Amino acid sequence: MHLRELQLHNFKNYEEATFTFSPGINGIVGKNGAGKTNLLDAVYYLCMTKSAFQNTDQANWRFGETFFTIEGTIEHGDVPVHLHLSFSRERGKVLKLNKKAYTKVSEHVGKFPCVLITPNDSDLAREGSELRRRFFDTILCQLNKVYLEQLMRYNRLLQQRNSLLKQIAERRQDVSMLEIYNEQLASPAHFIAEERAKFTEKFLSVFLENYRFISCSNEVVSLTYQSALNETLSFVSLMQQNQSKDLALQYTSQGIHRDDFIFEINGNPLKKFASQGQQKSYTIALRLAQFEILTQQTGIKPLLLLDDIFDKLDDERITQLMLLMSGGRFGQVFITDARPERTEKLFYNDGIPIHMIRI
Amino acid sequence: MNYPSKLVEDAVAEISKLPGIGKKTALRLALHLLKQEEKYSTQLAEAIVKLRTQTTYCQSCHHISESAFCHICSDNRRDRSIICVVEESPDILAIENTGQYTGLYHVLGGIISPIEGIGPADLHIESLVSRIATGEVKEIILAISATMEGDTTAFYLSKRLKNYEVKITTLARGLPVGSELEYTDEVTLGRSILARTTYEI
Repeated sequence: MHLRELQLHNFKNYEEATFTFSPGINGIVGKNGAGKTNLLDAVYYLCMTKSAFQNTDQANWRFGETFFTIEGTIEHGDVPVHLHLSFSRERGKVLKLNKKAYTKVSEHVGKFPCVLITPNDSDLAREGSELRRRFFDTILCQLNKVYLEQLMRYNRLLQQRNSLLKQIAERRQDVSMLEIYNEQLASPAHFIAEERAKFTEKFLSVFLENYRFISCSNEVVSLTYQSALNETLSFVSLMQQNQSKDLALQYTSQGIHRDDFIFEINGNPLKKFASQGQQKSYTIALRLAQFEILTQQTGIKPLLLLDDIFDKLDDERITQLMLLMSGGRFGQVFITDARPERTEKLFYNDGIPIHMIRI
Repeated sequence: MNYPSKLVEDAVAEISKLPGIGKKTALRLALHLLKQEEKYSTQLAEAIVKLRTQTTYCQSCHHISESAFCHICSDNRRDRSIICVVEESPDILAIENTGQYTGLYHVLGGIISPIEGIGPADLHIESLVSRIATGEVKEIILAISATMEGDTTAFYLSKRLKNYEVKITTLARGLPVGSELEYTDEVTLGRSILARTTYEI
């Protein structure tokens, strides 16, 4: 699968632009603010139906405009697929595949997978547990429909439980109702915790392999799933233990919605004890593991979008990344760099063909 | 908007209080009434007043009724050993139209949802328990929406009734009759496979 052509209209800083890409490695170079990352985001948008950087669709209009379109032709199988995504104030978001509009845009997600590696990924290591849960939940939801369903069920029941806790505080409902929600939450909670634990194990070996390769060193990294639930503590007993605390706080203080994934280097937390380059290597390895798991599952090599990947890495790690890219493990790759001569030199020296796009 | 008369304006104000009716539709309805014979409007007004003043709720099952007990509860041909629990009165009409049920009903008046501030005390649950406590009832059917809130309500009821000798059943969930398999949503289809039944001719 590869993206052959992309047309942008009023998308972020682009008024009108057309790009053609090679099925292999595409280098996107230009000055700061030229729109390199925006171009990657347009590709991401076409695959995932949303921006990787903006929470609302409106935020992607070119300044002063009220609509944008992204059009692309993807070579996949025998017939090229034409995608047309538009967002306007009047009609909202419309996505057409070969001129036929989707009734639910979300049905498109996963058909043309892509993996984006950006400098923002370091937030995975630095910020709170929510981002790490979302990283793993997103992959799990793509792999397993039942997981998605159970996660939605858990979250909805949790909202009800939290409302109940507030109403108990206002003396509008009885404490005994908590038991009903504890028992209802138990089954999705145990399912999610088990799936996360199983998946982490599978993910870990792929991740470690990637990290070892990029870092080219004896650094010992680890990734562990940490849950409030375990073999000896059931969800219902956990809720019973925390009942008085929950009643005082008026929300559910523990549960699988507070689980975390612990990132460590040489036995210490990555957040505090790793350099920026090590943190970056760690998150790149996470994304590459995501790439591999998606490839295994779907049989399609996702588009790989690399935003400013060489920044903060030492020469040795850059060489290892180059080795990975020349190995034919990836399909189509998009790579941005504000220093064209660096990218050109790296690829020409290694004899890896690269299609340069200057913007 | 400028109305031709104060009386039209008043009528529009009242009609537009109804759900789903805005000022424009209300005006059209008011003007329609003016075009018809006088009798047309007086009959409508009478019907509305009677509806409001002469209907009440059944003391036993909380269904809409003209007397203390609704026509279903007072029908002695109905099977008194079985009660079908529903959320609202329209659900009874739907089940009655199937012609497959001859027992009694019980209207809860909603489902448990703390987000909307509805707890068990806001529903007709205690009266259901006292109906069961008489010992006459052998089975209750939970005919509650297949939503998360519906599941919670059913779960609550089953716990509340566990000390009584009554069989608790719930409606089957699965493929709609006459539907095609490929268009069925995955969750329903998945459940239908798990809860499959022995084939009977």
